[in-house]
Formats: sequence, structure tokens, C-alpha cells
Amino acid sequence: MSNSTSPSGLSRRTFMTGSVTAAAAMPLMATSPKAAELSPARAAEPRDLSTISLRINKQAYTLALDNRTSLLDALRDHVGLTGTKKGCDHGQCGACTVLVDGKRVLSCLSFAVMNQGREITTVEGLASADGELHPVQQAFVDHDAFQCGYCTPGQIVSAIGCIDEGHAGSEDDIREYMSGNLCRCAAYPNIVAAIIQARDEIRRA
Amino acid sequence: MRPFLYERPTSVSAAIAMASRLDARNVAPTQAKTQFIAGGTNLADYMKLGVAQPERLLDLNELTEPALRQIKTDDDTIRFGALVRMGEAADNNDVRRRCPLLADSLKFAASGQLRNMASLAGNVLQRTRCEYFRETSWPCNKREPGSGCAAMQGVNRQHAVLGTSDACIATYHGDFAQALIALDAVVEVEGQRGPRKIPFASLHRLPGDTPNIETDLAADEVIVAIEVPLDPWSRRSRYLKIRDRESYAFALASAAVALEMDGNTVRQARIALGGVATVPWRARAAEDALRGNVLDDKIAAAAAEAAFADARPREHNAFKIPLGKRTLVRALLETRDMKV
Repeated sequence: MSNSTSPSGLSRRTFMTGSVTAAAAMPLMATSPKAAELSPARAAEPRDLSTISLRINKQAYTLALDNRTSLLDALRDHVGLTGTKKGCDHGQCGACTVLVDGKRVLSCLSFAVMNQGREITTVEGLASADGELHPVQQAFVDHDAFQCGYCTPGQIVSAIGCIDEGHAGSEDDIREYMSGNLCRCAAYPNIVAAIIQARDEIRRA
Repeated sequence: MRPFLYERPTSVSAAIAMASRLDARNVAPTQAKTQFIAGGTNLADYMKLGVAQPERLLDLNELTEPALRQIKTDDDTIRFGALVRMGEAADNNDVRRRCPLLADSLKFAASGQLRNMASLAGNVLQRTRCEYFRETSWPCNKREPGSGCAAMQGVNRQHAVLGTSDACIATYHGDFAQALIALDAVVEVEGQRGPRKIPFASLHRLPGDTPNIETDLAADEVIVAIEVPLDPWSRRSRYLKIRDRESYAFALASAAVALEMDGNTVRQARIALGGVATVPWRARAAEDALRGNVLDDKIAAAAAEAAFADARPREHNAFKIPLGKRTLVRALLETRDMKV
């Protein structure tokens, strides 16, 4: 599922510690000889790579991708933003949740090629430039709203969407509208408490 | 996943022309080389599993006709553009006020993320979750005509008890469709042969001998809108969904109910059942049992008996018959007691 070596050749650990700044400083340009050799006269073939432009966390990226590439795999394996997690890869767990044009969606069920021209926000794009956490991130820390942490990026991004949609009015609402994010450690009570704190803080702001 | 070409038509007419170019007219849309994609929540999943194998996808999200993204209401109808997302329709105050059944059938479907992605037209066309259909190593008449049905003798707890055939017992899992069939919705379609309107009840086909043919649509036809008439029973309406877990699960049994009451007497009833049938399921026998009668526990139970009179259980799904009946009884009594 996750590679021990990142596409840029960095080890996983090095990559994790440096990924946010590295990705922000130098957007990866994935180019492919196959795309470059394409003759304009030849009809397109299903295996041809598509050159696609994505805006991720306010950065522009140009990638050469097989049309089959999910937005999730584009983020993780081609851009190097591994904060967004792959759980089930079939739209059943919510670990891959990202914001597209401000709406929470499942990046595993969306082909990357379908996201051209959209504004994509991942968990890496939530904290402010000076490192201050988003109110939802801070609330998850304050309430210990995780154990293993694997579902947490999806939970946090989904919670931002949930609050923005106006579906965090009550604990029942939060449980209903966050039901697409499974937590195998069952940190649900703390997740609900964190969302209530973040909701109130966002309302005050 | 099979490699595919990807194109983005910008008008409905262009989408139809592009779909017509490669495909034979008489291929079911789900087996066509060129297929449409909108939210992708169902199709992308089935492409990953190898169940769907289009060679070319036409992305409908760049279509520019504004009506495709609008919900329009007047005194008599609610008209949903095909590309309206489930979440947007569920949150629409006008829809909720005028017809709670429509809003609740959407609200209790899928998850917040999936509702933000899935289009209304795509939602009604979602394919079954039958595990033997989803896993390509099993025989499945719906996926591979003539290969047999592994569910008949397999684990069929999730499967249908109504509308089944000897070829297929796969459940239609959608919720919104139950509201639409109960309310006599009409589907507006455009295609190479011109525009047409399909009563919602005629959109899906019973499995019969050809469970691979799931709808009345041709491969070059696009749903552009779903129109729901507003009637005296629209406001007193409700969707009750019973699941293995309380949220984010498909229905084991559900009931879509709309009632026009004259005091305690039922003037008109509209009923559909989810989770128990192979297609969106209108329960006309139950409606007939209620019409003109005082709605009490006894007549509600009689209506539920009528609704499941033709049910055919398999080894593991017989529980759906009593569960379905109790779901309908509760939905009827709760709808009767709504303050409208």
C-alpha cells in the first residue's frame, strides 16, 4: 500500500520530516518520456499519460498521469503529500478525505484527471504559514482524539467540511454527519468533543 | 483496472454525440465501451474491482447547461438537475419543507463525503452491492450473462425477497429512488434519438432472464433532470431506514411513505420499499389496503402483509420479511402522526 521509498528517492522517514516544506518549496514535476514522445497525429490511446494541472494547497502542479490514477494516489505517490491516507481504497472508510473546492470528498474514488481546475486541500494545507494549527487540528490534540492516528487526517479534513456545512450543531448531528469516517481505535467520543471545541472556536472567529 | 480514454464534453448534445460515435446502439450502458461519469462514487469503485470496464469515460462535470446544477421548485413540482449533488439536495430547505421524504432519503444515504460527490442522476443508477457481483471470481448473471448466480446458494443475507428471478436476487440498495418511485417522479432523458420522459417506475428493469440489463436507458442517453410532482401527500411524508449500524450503511429494510389524510382516514397513500427488492419497489397492494380506511395498527399491519405477500426468501434473508413489514408499519404510523 505505502512505498518504503518515496517517488523522489527519499526514505520514508526523511520524507515525512521534510515533506511539508519540500513540497511547498519545489512542486514536483513528473514528466514521462511516453508523454513527450506523443505524436499529435496519432489518435489517443487508453494507456497514454495525460498531462494534468492540479492546484493542491494553493500550489500549482503539473503531472503526467495514467488516467486510472486516483486523486489519492496522485497526492501520495506523485506529489509526495502522504498525509492523506489510503485505508480501504473503495470509499468505505473516509481515511482519504480531502477538500475539493471546499467540499469534503473521497480522493480514492475520484480520478485525478477529473480534478483539473479544482482547488484541492489536504491535511498538509491546513496549518497557517507560521505553523499555527487549524482549530480542528488543535482540538484533536487537545482532546486526544486519536490513538493510532491513521484515520486522523481524514477525520480532521472531514470535520472541517462537516462544520462548514453546518452539520455540527449537536453531538447527534456530528455523529451522523461524521459517520463516513471510521476509527478502528474507536476514539469517537474524543473526536466528537474535539469537533465541538473547534466548531465553537470557528464560530467565534 | 482497464486503461481508459478520458474526455470532457461541455454540452449535453456533445456528450451524446461522443457517446454515440463508438458504441453499438443496442448495448446496455453498463456494458458499453464509452460510459458517462459524474460523481464516480459507484463507477470508479467498480472499475477498480474490474466489474466495470469502459474503454472511454465521458466526464459530465464540465457540462455548461445551468439547469443541470439547479433545483427549481414551483407550486406543482420540484425539478432536480441531474448534476445536483445528493448533499446539496438533502440540505435544500425548500425540498425538506415541501417533501421531507425526498430530503430524508438523501440525508440517510451514504456519508457526507459521498453525498458531496454523487450526482442525483448517478445515484438512481447505482448498481447493486451484491458481493458476488462485486467480486469477479464468482459466477454472476448480472456481470457475465449466463454464468450463473453464486448468491442463490451462497451467503444471501443482504439479498432481495421481492422482484427476484431464477437468474438474480441482487438487491437495489438506493434510497432516493424509493422516494422517487413512491412520488411518481419522471426522469428527463436526452439521447441520439431525441429527448424523452420516463416514468421513474419504468427506469429500472426487473432482473428476469437478463439481469445485466438494469435500466431502460440506451448507452448514448443522459439523464438531464428528475421531476417530482408535488401532491397533497408530499408534506406528510417520511423515509424510515433500518440498518445493521445506525448510519452509513445500506438498508436492510426501508420504507418511503407519503399520506394524504382526512382526519384519521387515509385518502391517498404512496409507498415504496428499499433494501428488500431487486429494483426500486412500489408497494401498490399496500396502498390499496390503506385507501379509505382509518389508519390504525391493524390496518397498517394488513398493508404490510399485502406488501410482502409475494416475497420469496432464500436461506439467510428470510428475516427481511418480518423486518420489512415492521419497518413499513412503523413508517406508516409515524407518518400519520406527523404535524404538517
